[in-house]
Amino acid sequence: MKLGKVIGRVVSTHKLACFDGLKLLLVQPVDEAGKDCGPALVAWDTARAGEGDTVIYESGKEAAQANPNGWFNPGDAAILGVVDAVNAGGRE
Amino acid sequence: MTAGRVTASVVATEKHPHYLGRKLLMVQPVDAAGSPRGKPVLAVDGVQAGVGDLVLVVDEGGSARAVIGDEGAVTVRTAICGIIDRIDIEVKE
Repeated sequence: MKLGKVIGRVVSTHKLACFDGLKLLLVQPVDEAGKDCGPALVAWDTARAGEGDTVIYESGKEAAQANPNGWFNPGDAAILGVVDAVNAGGRE
Repeated sequence: MTAGRVTASVVATEKHPHYLGRKLLMVQPVDAAGSPRGKPVLAVDGVQAGVGDLVLVVDEGGSARAVIGDEGAVTVRTAICGIIDRIDIEVKE
């Protein structure tokens, strides 16, 4: 799983049926300090996330299995939670 | 498996049911000498690790589900399965 920040929304009317009814959000991967670490990606939302939220997202087959329309689909990124706090204290 | 340093704990109340009751830790992969290498990942803790620990991380669905002991948690992919005490490196002259 990775940490990301929702930076936008993607609207696509013409897409595979297995993606119908899913909210597509643009996610920027970040590290624990909130610094960008990698290219942005499009993930569908299962946790009622919105723009500006820090989220946890999963990629690969595990993301496909979070699809409410059925687990067998080509999706590869899903937002699985909205982050309340990132506690990075206690490091040497 | 990869070695990594736990850099933060992440709290998320609104999340997928498969992650309920599980601690989420952010892990920065490190090389054998302990310096950061690669992008940080979020892992479900399986061994009561904490921030600052050097840990073993599996980043594959079947293994992660075995770590947390729940075959049905099909959206879990990354998990911490060990705390590293020491890494010995053979230095070749």
